[in-house]
Amino acid sequence: MRNIIAIPLLALAVILQSTLVSQFSLLAGFADLILVMLAAWALQKGVTTAFQWAFLASIMISTVSHLPWIVNLAGYFGVVLLAVLLQYRVWQAPLLAMFTVTFLGTLFMHLLSFLYLRFSGDPLPFGDSMGLITLPSLLLNLLLSIPMYGLMRDLAGWVFPVQEQP
Amino acid sequence: MKDLFSRSLQTTIIFLIVGGILALAFGGYFSSVSNRLTGGLVSAQDWFAVRYQAIQQFLSAPRDIITLRARNAELESEISQLQTQVIDLQQRVSQTEILAALVDFSRANPESSYKAASVIGRDPSPFLHYIIINRGSNDGILRGMPVVTNQGLVGRIDAVIADAARVQLITDPASTVNVHLKDANTDAVLLGSVTGDISLDMISQDAAVQGGDLILTSGLGGGYPPDLIVGQVINVRKLDYELFQQATVQSAVDFSRLDIVLVITNFRAVDITPLLPTPSP
Repeated sequence: MRNIIAIPLLALAVILQSTLVSQFSLLAGFADLILVMLAAWALQKGVTTAFQWAFLASIMISTVSHLPWIVNLAGYFGVVLLAVLLQYRVWQAPLLAMFTVTFLGTLFMHLLSFLYLRFSGDPLPFGDSMGLITLPSLLLNLLLSIPMYGLMRDLAGWVFPVQEQP
Repeated sequence: MKDLFSRSLQTTIIFLIVGGILALAFGGYFSSVSNRLTGGLVSAQDWFAVRYQAIQQFLSAPRDIITLRARNAELESEISQLQTQVIDLQQRVSQTEILAALVDFSRANPESSYKAASVIGRDPSPFLHYIIINRGSNDGILRGMPVVTNQGLVGRIDAVIADAARVQLITDPASTVNVHLKDANTDAVLLGSVTGDISLDMISQDAAVQGGDLILTSGLGGGYPPDLIVGQVINVRKLDYELFQQATVQSAVDFSRLDIVLVITNFRAVDITPLLPTPSP
């Protein structure tokens, strides 16, 4: 039942992303709060609803973004899938897993956005997109990933409390 | 009788002595003595007063500190309230200034009708340059309507819902605007970019374009009304082997500080796509 927290939390994240986070740009890039949140959530122990969160997030973000929801959905599903795959392989170093998922997830998300916009006719030069948007966004996402991992760990502890053995 | 005389004499002598002393004192002859005397008295009184005040403060201090702390808390609370009010008023002044400028703009351009809207968000994707405004179809906003500020052209409505709309800025990489260079009397195409810079392309090689030339919308293509200010030419790139000249542009609008915009509601964009010739197979 506590999973319902996803709805207000993701709505708040989308609002913050649209109003606040997108204002703090480095060159032409800015952080992706939702991507980092999903990565951090999917890496928590006991979390089984990461894909549902990704679906909900992609629907919500599509209400404010010009990008079609399917691009966001594919990107966020890719991030969650990567996190799920890495969760048990790098379980002794959760922050390392968080950095890896954030790094690869950002690249994947930007690649999808870039390819969609290129195929829809936008004249996006690859070099400029990589140097002025993707790399600065990557840096900001990595910086954001540390506090976000802590927040999501606390949230996961609240949503999925550990049952102590009698 | 003799005693009475001697007493009267003594009294008289005493009066005379006292009177003489007073006369000397009023005459200033005892000033050094009186100064020393009064100085000593004042010093003594001062010494006692300082000690007394210190003791009084020591005895009454706890009560005063509590009172002062309470008063301090009250004043701090009042200061924070006043600071909030100041910030609120500053915001209102800023908004009023913007609105006043927009009203001036709409008065100066009475041929169009406008609907003011606040910018409430931006596109979450860094690849796109779109803003969200708080006016939608309930306010008569339609897709394709141009969006301006008192400084110049901002973009056009890309999507509309009941109470909000998304605006494609002229800085978006997919944005193209047909423009007219007033001084050079030639047409060109304004293009956005991923960095948010705008540039001109398709300028005829024969046109004499210079830095500082004013750029206005031409109205060609039906996407925007004519004669909206877009910006100024910064510098021109002219290469003999290219078909057209290019130029970098300084936008008239500061896109990083868009708070309130005007939607031109009496303009209907014309979709000329069906009229464009398609290449035959």
